[in-house]
Amino acid sequence: MSAEHVLSGPVIRERRPEIAGGTRHGAATARRPERIALVDLLDRVLAGGVVVAGEVTLSVAEVDMVTVSVRALVTSVSALAGPASGQLAEDL
Amino acid sequence: MRTDQAGIWLYAVADRLPAFRLAGLTGIRDVPLRALDAGRLTAVASDVQLSEFGEAALRRNLEDLDWLEGVARAHHRVVEALAERAPVVPMRLATVYTSEAAVTGMLAERAADLAEALRRISSCQEWGVKTYADPRQRAQHEADAADRPAGDAPARSGVAYLQRRRRELSEQRDSRQELTDSADLVHARLCDLALDWRLHPPQAPQLTGSTVQMVLNATYLLDECQAANFAAAVAVLGQEQSCLRLDLTGPWPPYSFAEVGDGSR
Repeated sequence: MSAEHVLSGPVIRERRPEIAGGTRHGAATARRPERIALVDLLDRVLAGGVVVAGEVTLSVAEVDMVTVSVRALVTSVSALAGPASGQLAEDL
Repeated sequence: MRTDQAGIWLYAVADRLPAFRLAGLTGIRDVPLRALDAGRLTAVASDVQLSEFGEAALRRNLEDLDWLEGVARAHHRVVEALAERAPVVPMRLATVYTSEAAVTGMLAERAADLAEALRRISSCQEWGVKTYADPRQRAQHEADAADRPAGDAPARSGVAYLQRRRRELSEQRDSRQELTDSADLVHARLCDLALDWRLHPPQAPQLTGSTVQMVLNATYLLDECQAANFAAAVAVLGQEQSCLRLDLTGPWPPYSFAEVGDGSR
């Protein structure tokens, strides 16, 4: 797996000025980052959003999406960074 | 043949979004978006192949980071474009139905919850604030400790070692406590400006590509007219709390605040 797709990978984020959120204080909103880190996106799309059941092909109750994503992330990062990276932020 | 079967991927639910407002927008794999209506609600969706997005395939593909990234970014691109057009409640990633009737049935069944969620997050944005231990501060602590004389006892004695070690441990405890206190204060101040908040688990340094410890991974629901004030407050707090570095992300569609009815967390 290549390094460039990881986590802080640059993706240009284009937004229209009218939804930049409060235009009266331009200086404050100008600090907005221009790219989205994958890890920030996964925090939201995997743990947030409406959960519905019904005839969904894969019920979120069956698979813990967050666990899946973390496993995917950690596996790939470990592969990139070598064996020493197995330890997560447990010493926080 | 199974590979020919189509599924329906849901991006978000809106309050009656006419199909023409989706013109030109495409979703996952560049397939055009569709609007599925039931009552006042519209589910925005696109067709996907069950050979790739059916249950078995999803289980496999979700563990493939490249696949996950492509799909997550495509999903987000649509939700963000929709949020620019109308208030929307985002769906969780990988909500796939096998028929239009099942989608409209879900809309009808959950109509009250979804309408309530739409009302709650209408004209709102989500902004994330990641709080890190400031590495410059830590470097300064370490430099101070190194400069300090080893104590009264001769430098190489076991007593001196123990004294130094005890002091180091105590300083570590103090600085950890200072981090926690400062992060709590930042969070409390930001909560005052927000309509609601959620805490995500702190991201591991391995995932952020940073060696710096993340103390808090918070996200806030703001009235969109509060966004500039909020950003300014984050900047001020970042300067006031010298042991922390604050990282603001957003605006996001209100993913973290989209729970409905019994889905409360």
